[in-house]
Amino acid sequence: MAELTYRAAGAAGIAQEMARDESVVLIGEDIGAAGGVFKLSEGLFDRFGPERVRDTPISEQAIVGAVMGAAMTGLRPVGELMFSDFFAVTWDMVVNQIAKTRYMTNGQVSLPLVLRTANGGGLRFGAQHSQSIENWAMAIPGLKVVAPSNPADMLGLMAAAIRDPDPVIMCEHKALFAVKGEVPDGEHVVPLGQAAIVRSGADCTIVALAAMVPKAVEAAERLASEFGIDAEVIDLRTLIPLDAQTILASVNRTSRLFTVEENPRVLGWGAEIVSIIADEAFYSLDAPIVRITSPHIPLSSAAVLEDATIPSVDRIVATIRRRLDEAK
Amino acid sequence: MASPAKKSAPAIPPDVSSDVSSEVGIALYRTMVECRQLEVRAQELFFEGLVRGTTHLGTGQEAVAAGFAAAMRSDDYTFCTYRGHNHTLARGVPMAPILAELFGRANGLLGGKGGSMHLTSVKHGAMGSYAIVGAHLPIALGAAWSAQYRKSGQVAVCFFGDGTTNIGAFHEALNMAAVWKAPVVFVCENNQYMEYTPIGAVTAVPRPAADRASAYGLEPIVVDGNDVEAVLAVAQTAMDRARAGEGPSLIEALTYRHGGHSRADPAKYRPADEVKAWLERDPIPAHRTRLLARGISETDLDAIDAKVRDAVAAAEAEARAGLEPSVDVIPTELWSDGGSAWRN
Repeated sequence: MAELTYRAAGAAGIAQEMARDESVVLIGEDIGAAGGVFKLSEGLFDRFGPERVRDTPISEQAIVGAVMGAAMTGLRPVGELMFSDFFAVTWDMVVNQIAKTRYMTNGQVSLPLVLRTANGGGLRFGAQHSQSIENWAMAIPGLKVVAPSNPADMLGLMAAAIRDPDPVIMCEHKALFAVKGEVPDGEHVVPLGQAAIVRSGADCTIVALAAMVPKAVEAAERLASEFGIDAEVIDLRTLIPLDAQTILASVNRTSRLFTVEENPRVLGWGAEIVSIIADEAFYSLDAPIVRITSPHIPLSSAAVLEDATIPSVDRIVATIRRRLDEAK
Repeated sequence: MASPAKKSAPAIPPDVSSDVSSEVGIALYRTMVECRQLEVRAQELFFEGLVRGTTHLGTGQEAVAAGFAAAMRSDDYTFCTYRGHNHTLARGVPMAPILAELFGRANGLLGGKGGSMHLTSVKHGAMGSYAIVGAHLPIALGAAWSAQYRKSGQVAVCFFGDGTTNIGAFHEALNMAAVWKAPVVFVCENNQYMEYTPIGAVTAVPRPAADRASAYGLEPIVVDGNDVEAVLAVAQTAMDRARAGEGPSLIEALTYRHGGHSRADPAKYRPADEVKAWLERDPIPAHRTRLLARGISETDLDAIDAKVRDAVAAAEAEARAGLEPSVDVIPTELWSDGGSAWRN
């Protein structure tokens, strides 16, 4: 086992796949000799050279379009968008072209591509460089959406995303870049569509994603030690494909469900999960479901404002405790 | 190159001593006639109610499609727009599945999932018809980058309209292609109108593509897009340049849409004398005149016309015989596993 940062694990995942498959190439802004603004590609240029790790102009439409054209003609390209907010600049390419071309051509065209991007808040970057955009992608048929919460998953899910025959949006959370964790030795691949139960518990289920996973785990530990509440925490890992069965099985055991979502509230991924539970596990529930989310408001840059907007450990603990008290 | 003043079309260059062989000249003629007859019939079938949705016909612009297709290798890539029937057909895609797709039938090129604006046949190198203006320029660049990386010698050819030169993706793709020396040929079919508006009224330079070329370090290239042999010549030069690793080209082909923007558009905004002048420069009779001057017989050319008419009729019959798609196909082919599951 080696210890890697979340940031280095992403590069390690790409390196693992570039080493085994010549068709894997990487393009983006400042990713070559500079190693990326967030150092997400550090070492790749030196190891694989300028043909496989290519700098681009500040041209997000061209980056994403070129990735699509390369994917439809035999490569497995990875395109980097420096900030996930920049997806808004490329939305035609992503929504109208990449997501629909396989379907519209009745399967003639496959698009084995990955768009990796620095996502999420907590770095005081303000409303245009802090968004959690997983829901944007989740809403579009034809896109797979991945959001790892720890270094081992970052490496393994990156590898799976690159091997996947379909388009994958890889949301890499900025607040986790410096987090260290053990990463398995040898080739590591985490299949898409398998949620992880990161803490077992009997009293309630907390479903979280990306940077909300460590917060949910910390909240669960506090709920246990301070209030005797035994919470199960599920790390979704991927929104599409969605591992609904793991959530359903957990809710059937615990009878209570909370989601913890960094995204603005309206139509967040948790709403889809609530809908599934309402349809398929209604009679297992002992209490109303609660979504713990950012409000439907942009993120601010000031630390105190941003921290009070995104769900915090305190808010998760307080919300769950209150709801479980009410249910008694 | 004569400039296409608003009211008068450029004159046909007197050309009877081209180095194009009779065989190639006839093949170009046949391709253009195929495009024309299929489009004309598609329009008739639209008015019959058999073709649904919308169609954007390429009548009048056949020389661009035929000239470029003749310069392409079978494994080269064509990327075109929603006005893409000509380009798709010119790459050798059979007529019947094209018509059947327009009809929305199961035997359509895309099984009824795409329609007129998305004709694609990967095995013919027809890599898609793109219906959002400008999107396919970066995508064609990506295919060219892939060919460059794989050292396959393939070239991507990307056709688009004059209106596309005013969208951001045009600039991004041209710049990145030039920086990367990507083997891609960008072909602006300047049919003088951005949908319903004269291109000159919404563009800061007189030549929407050629006048932008210098911004990407490229030569300004303008060709008479109604002269199929002139198109073939510039196409060959650009393809050779791309294959030699010398990078992209940007070509502006001057042409004219015989009809409106789409089937909903009677094109009443165009001055009658302008339309008349361009109709007199119809690329098909012009090329026919040239072939006759070279000694090809009227009988031979009439025989081509008749054979194409039969082929269109046969394709129509085949397309009409197709069934409506089964609704069972709705949840298929979103993903590479053939299905559309998003959860377990």
